[in-house]
Amino acid sequence: MIEPIFLLEAAVNGILLSGVLALLALGLNLIFGVVDIVWIAYVDLVMVCMYLVYFLVMVYGWPLWLAGLGSLALGALLGLGVHLLIITPILGSAPVNQLLATGGLLFFLQSFATFLWTTDHKTVRLALPILEVGGMFLSFVRLIAFVISLLAMLGLWVFLRRTYIGTAIRAVSQDREAMALMGANPQYVYLVTSAIGGAMAGLAGALLVIQYSVHPFFGAAFGPLTFMICVLGGLGNMVGAFVAAVVMSEIISIGGVVISTEMGYVIAFVVFIVMMFVRPGGLLVRRG
Amino acid sequence: MLELRGVTAGYGHFTALWDVTLRVEAGEAVAVVGPNGSGKTTLMRVISGLVAARAGDLVFEGDSLGGRKAHEVVRRGIAHVPEGRRVFPRLTVADNLRMGAFQPRARAAFAESLARVYDLFPVLRERERQPAGSLSGGEQQMLALGRALMSRPKLILLDEPSMGLAPVMVLRLFDLLRRVRAEGYTILVVEQNVRQVLRLVDRAYLLEVGRIRMEGRAAELSEQAFVRKAYVGL
Repeated sequence: MIEPIFLLEAAVNGILLSGVLALLALGLNLIFGVVDIVWIAYVDLVMVCMYLVYFLVMVYGWPLWLAGLGSLALGALLGLGVHLLIITPILGSAPVNQLLATGGLLFFLQSFATFLWTTDHKTVRLALPILEVGGMFLSFVRLIAFVISLLAMLGLWVFLRRTYIGTAIRAVSQDREAMALMGANPQYVYLVTSAIGGAMAGLAGALLVIQYSVHPFFGAAFGPLTFMICVLGGLGNMVGAFVAAVVMSEIISIGGVVISTEMGYVIAFVVFIVMMFVRPGGLLVRRG
Repeated sequence: MLELRGVTAGYGHFTALWDVTLRVEAGEAVAVVGPNGSGKTTLMRVISGLVAARAGDLVFEGDSLGGRKAHEVVRRGIAHVPEGRRVFPRLTVADNLRMGAFQPRARAAFAESLARVYDLFPVLRERERQPAGSLSGGEQQMLALGRALMSRPKLILLDEPSMGLAPVMVLRLFDLLRRVRAEGYTILVVEQNVRQVLRLVDRAYLLEVGRIRMEGRAAELSEQAFVRKAYVGL
């Protein structure tokens, strides 16, 4: 029998993990909700941003927070670039072609990273303490990543609710043609959305590189999990993505302690498959 | 104010409008009536830039609208209230109206436009904080109309405003449209409710299988003649 304190520690760690995962899922969901195309290569953009932070900090000696801002900016630029170069030409294409195009970008980025930086795992070493809270051991880095993720999501929420363009982004995700009739240039709304989604990938990259080492196939490790969370939460549903991120990371974290790390993932994927039969529309199916 | 000259348009290999010529003068209300599938909605979509004309020209206040996208057409002063209302269901009533004033010129006059819309449709003020999807059909039609007015249009295109409304609501809606008219807006309306719409407008066109079949002043056109032509085909 496992001691309750370990389960509690696993549960808290699960919550901490869910922050960055939710951030990734929200970024992907935001873009999908507005542009109606799934960026298969989304987490590979995160991988590129992780390399940037690694080189800025470990090679050029930048402070981490500045490198993080650089990562945010690179993410936004990559988002704009992906929309202009890859998405714009295929906006009206069949969905399968859109999947192939963004999937092609995934292989391009993986090969490109392998070519430039080899398959070595690269790690940003941080001398940050392990916290002991009530007998539980928690990683300080994870706590910081969680808090920043929450703040970023809160910022996104305020942006989408309070600003003109943010409201327009929500409106486009509900009826893009009607929003064109309001005088909004769809391409402009898409570009703003892609830049924000990209910036979220950049931020997630900075928060991930301080917890995990980066390698060209990082996207393959986190990509499927991110898509699962999006689908489980209901594609395009922001609140659902957040709830799904918490559920999945709890399963992974608690399952990892109770059985083994690998089994934690196995259980998470099994739960996902079962849920797809039980609630194919996502955990929180939208009313109306 | 608006003139269509020999406009032909359609989707893919299908042609929905053939050589359509019509005119709307400033301050006028004009109706286009016709049975289902006669091309009325396509006509509206060509004017607002959602569908490109294949041939012919559209002129609005002396400038050609040919090749302009929907978001540019709104900026010229044409607001399109689409078929089925198309309000943003999960935005509040207030946010829907804000979106109506998206373009810079309209945004500058936001407060004034909003006061005007709330005067015309007081129910929208009461429902300000509610999601648009929770409104009744009639209220949604008012919201769609109010949202269009927020763009400070000169010409309003109305596509089947009475569609899907309860009979009592249809009468109220036409009363409201008369009030909108009285405010000095120019209106081009597409309707299946011939009886009601002929009482609202100055002139009307009959559209049939994508072609204009009849045209005349509403007062001179007997409803019967139109209805016979449109629905019985005599």
